[in-house]
Amino acid sequence: MAAPTTVWLCSMQEFAVILVSSILINNYVLVQFLGLCPFMGVSNKLESAIGMAAATTFVLTLTAMASYMVNALVLEPLGLIYLRTIAFILVIAAVVQFTKMFIEKTSPLLYRVLGVFLPLITTNCAVLGVALQNTSKDLNFTQSSLYGFGAGAGFSLVLILFSAMRERLAAADVPESFKGAAIAMITAGLMSLAFMGFNGLV
Amino acid sequence: MNRTWVTPGGVHPPENKHQSMTQQIGSLPIPDKLVIPLSQHIGAAAAACVEVGQHVLKGQLIAEAAGVVSIPMHAPTSGTISAIEHRPIAHASGMLAPCIEITSDGADSWIEHQGISDYEHTSPEKLLEIVANAGITGMGGAGFPSAVKLNPGRQRPIDTLIINATECEPYITADDSAIRERAGEIVDGIKILSAILGHPHNILIGIEDNKPEAIAALQPHVESTGISIVVFPTKYPSGGEKQLIYILTGKELPAGKLPADLGMVCINIGTTYAIKRAVIDGEPLISRVTTVTGEAVGTQRNYDVLIGTPVSHLLAHNQFDQERCSRVIMGGPMMGFSLPSAEVPVVKTTNCILAPSYAEIPEDEPAQPCIRCGMCAEACPVSLLPQQLFWYAQAQDHDRLEAHNLFDCIECGACSYVCPSNIPLVQYYRSAKGEIRQAHDEKIRSDHARERFEFHKARIEQAEQEKEAKRAARREAAQQAKSATATNGSSGGSSAADIIAAAQARAAAKQASPEDQRAKLERTIAATEQRLQLAEEKLAEAVASNSDKQSVFSAAVENTRQKLEQSKSKLAELAE
Amino acid sequence: MIELISQQPIFAALIAMVGLSILFGGLLGYAAEKFKVEGDPIVEQIDELLPQTQCGQCGFPGCRPYAQSIADGDAINKCPPGGQATINALANLLGVPAPELDQEHGQESEVKTVAYIREDECIGCTKCIQACPVDAILGAAKLMHTVIADECTGCDLCVEPCPVDCIDMLPVEETIADWKWSTPAKPGQMIATDRRGELGSNTVQEDAA
Repeated sequence: MAAPTTVWLCSMQEFAVILVSSILINNYVLVQFLGLCPFMGVSNKLESAIGMAAATTFVLTLTAMASYMVNALVLEPLGLIYLRTIAFILVIAAVVQFTKMFIEKTSPLLYRVLGVFLPLITTNCAVLGVALQNTSKDLNFTQSSLYGFGAGAGFSLVLILFSAMRERLAAADVPESFKGAAIAMITAGLMSLAFMGFNGLV
Repeated sequence: MNRTWVTPGGVHPPENKHQSMTQQIGSLPIPDKLVIPLSQHIGAAAAACVEVGQHVLKGQLIAEAAGVVSIPMHAPTSGTISAIEHRPIAHASGMLAPCIEITSDGADSWIEHQGISDYEHTSPEKLLEIVANAGITGMGGAGFPSAVKLNPGRQRPIDTLIINATECEPYITADDSAIRERAGEIVDGIKILSAILGHPHNILIGIEDNKPEAIAALQPHVESTGISIVVFPTKYPSGGEKQLIYILTGKELPAGKLPADLGMVCINIGTTYAIKRAVIDGEPLISRVTTVTGEAVGTQRNYDVLIGTPVSHLLAHNQFDQERCSRVIMGGPMMGFSLPSAEVPVVKTTNCILAPSYAEIPEDEPAQPCIRCGMCAEACPVSLLPQQLFWYAQAQDHDRLEAHNLFDCIECGACSYVCPSNIPLVQYYRSAKGEIRQAHDEKIRSDHARERFEFHKARIEQAEQEKEAKRAARREAAQQAKSATATNGSSGGSSAADIIAAAQARAAAKQASPEDQRAKLERTIAATEQRLQLAEEKLAEAVASNSDKQSVFSAAVENTRQKLEQSKSKLAELAE
Repeated sequence: MIELISQQPIFAALIAMVGLSILFGGLLGYAAEKFKVEGDPIVEQIDELLPQTQCGQCGFPGCRPYAQSIADGDAINKCPPGGQATINALANLLGVPAPELDQEHGQESEVKTVAYIREDECIGCTKCIQACPVDAILGAAKLMHTVIADECTGCDLCVEPCPVDCIDMLPVEETIADWKWSTPAKPGQMIATDRRGELGSNTVQEDAA
């Protein structure tokens, strides 16, 4: 197990780099193309998009922390690296279930609106992606959590921007064959082109 | 010099005011019939207080104000009330509304009236009463009862009085000509207003710089009165209340608030003149200055028009050319509306009748798709987003419309004016506002219906419960009675006999008076006799048809005969 | 201990996974208790959007039962008095697409109607009073019955029970007070084929050829 000091330490520069990297440069949705399911599915209305963004950020941050701990405290000491994927999925499922119960209690309307997409955060490849990438990059606890939070923030940013655009598209004069998912995909593609422009920033 | 502020947006359409300013304010011959609508204002319609056939004098009260936010109506000329019924009025819907029609007798004789010369020493309440009784309403176009506006209450002290002489809309010159010719009287009116409002610190006349003659006419009268004439650059729509307040004071009126909440009152200059006539000359509001303009009329001029004059009368007197005219508009080219027919009357808020030729105002071009150029947002004086409002109005997205402050739109038409695709934006906003208001009304109605339904359910439930309770109580009582007799009586038979005896005793005790008994017996006898007859008939039938039931029927006949005998003997007993 | 684990990796894996599962299961169980939800407030929100005529055209005995049914997953297009506006509002609330009104349950009427009892023919049987869900009929047994027009929602439930068929549903007249501006035509209808809605035009096709 790593020495206690390096588990928590993270310099300011690293802090900034991690956040900018996970939010903009390597944006999980538009650059790495993970987590597209809720991105397309919940972006019809701004309110539900904000709710989903908050839920996913919450899940991502908690998952990053929990998966780091599981990896560092259970898997690596016991030499069970090959169980990483299963263990992480277990962690993610538990965190998502907890989030679901929390949302059901605090905002039944949001719960109803998110519908099946809330438990589907479990299968959101962005969540598992963050967990696995953290281990592959060999980051410490603080850095992992920051990555998780940054991934969530990037996801939220893109989801909210996209849902605002979709609301305008809903009122606009879209040709019949493009209405609905088609024009949304095209818009997402254009946004992705824009975000690729951040390449090489850091 | 007073500082002025610049409102955002705004447009500069060609003014076209010179055509109607070549002559002084004219007067028209009295029309044969005048139609006075009972609702020319914001608030409850006035209630007619005259009858058909009644003769009225000029200035006589013909309809009373109904409630606080309402104004009375007066006869514009002497004559006879010829009808009180629904007539076409100047409303975009083309619907009819209650009106009083007066057939003029040509004499134009005034009712007795007297004004107050010393208004400075008259109480504000008395002055307000005069203004209210004179039927004065906002003559700039809105039509809000002036007496209500000038009485904001003690919680809202007024420190700024603004007189709106802007007249920013093209073609309209009614206020301009009135100021040029009646400046002295107008300033008297301003002094009266000041007295009503408790002498506010600032009295400002807001006027655009395209009216130099009017400014020059006012200047000598306002010297050393404390009234300031504030001139600002011409722009449409500076004459709106909110816009003028901002231009003159730099203060923005928040949505949903009145100028009185900021300590200000804004009155149109035409209304000011009417208030002067009411207070000093004792005359109610029965005429106003209206501009008749447009290339389709031979003479373009301002007139002193009697309220209730049909628009056709105005047009006929000015060599109206129907062929040349694209449409007749009441109001200006920006905020006016097309009249469905010229047989509608001029009302207290009619500042202009515009009869443009096809060259001036061509037919509507078809609207083209929105190109999202954003010129409408640049033109909006309220800093709204007309493009967004348009898209959401098309999508009927009420939530987003309200979020974009649709109800702050003053419907000035600047956005439609600049739109390169000729989209009638203001029509979309009006329609959307109507739909949202209707949806709110329906929500209130459905909430009310839900309440009544809940109460209905509760009432029925309670009735059921009460019935159940009574039933249970009765069952209890029956149970108790049964158990009581079971413990009291020794054997079943005698106990039954006891009960019967007790009942008979009670009945005997309750015996009715001899008359009632006799009447009852007589009724019984009559009934029994009828039954006997019926039974005998049946018996006869049975005998005739030789049926098996003969014995049954004869037994019944016997029975009935016996009963009859019994009743008769009882009656005989009673008689003794 | 660690020797045991390194010598029997499968055993170790099993212990690790079961251990983790128990840990998380315990946490979730605790959370389930703490965040328990009673009832279903969504029904209230759905009921707010329904027109409250209690007419029963949706197949349910009132608006609240239908709201409950929608919360349980029923279709949202069964309410004719609410019309397309209500369907759209429900769709907006629940985040589902807005279908057309289900014709099986009735048609949306353009004109609002209000019940009227022809008093000459009324026999005072109180059947209509019992039928009215908002108590909008005034009257008593063997006395005249009359409809309070302001309270009547036009639900039609009183017409059936009347034994002498003396109730009419009269349309409410539109007055200047409730007149409103109509929506202008869609922009872009410049050429005749656009206005007629033909192929290749800007308008939505009813049936694609």
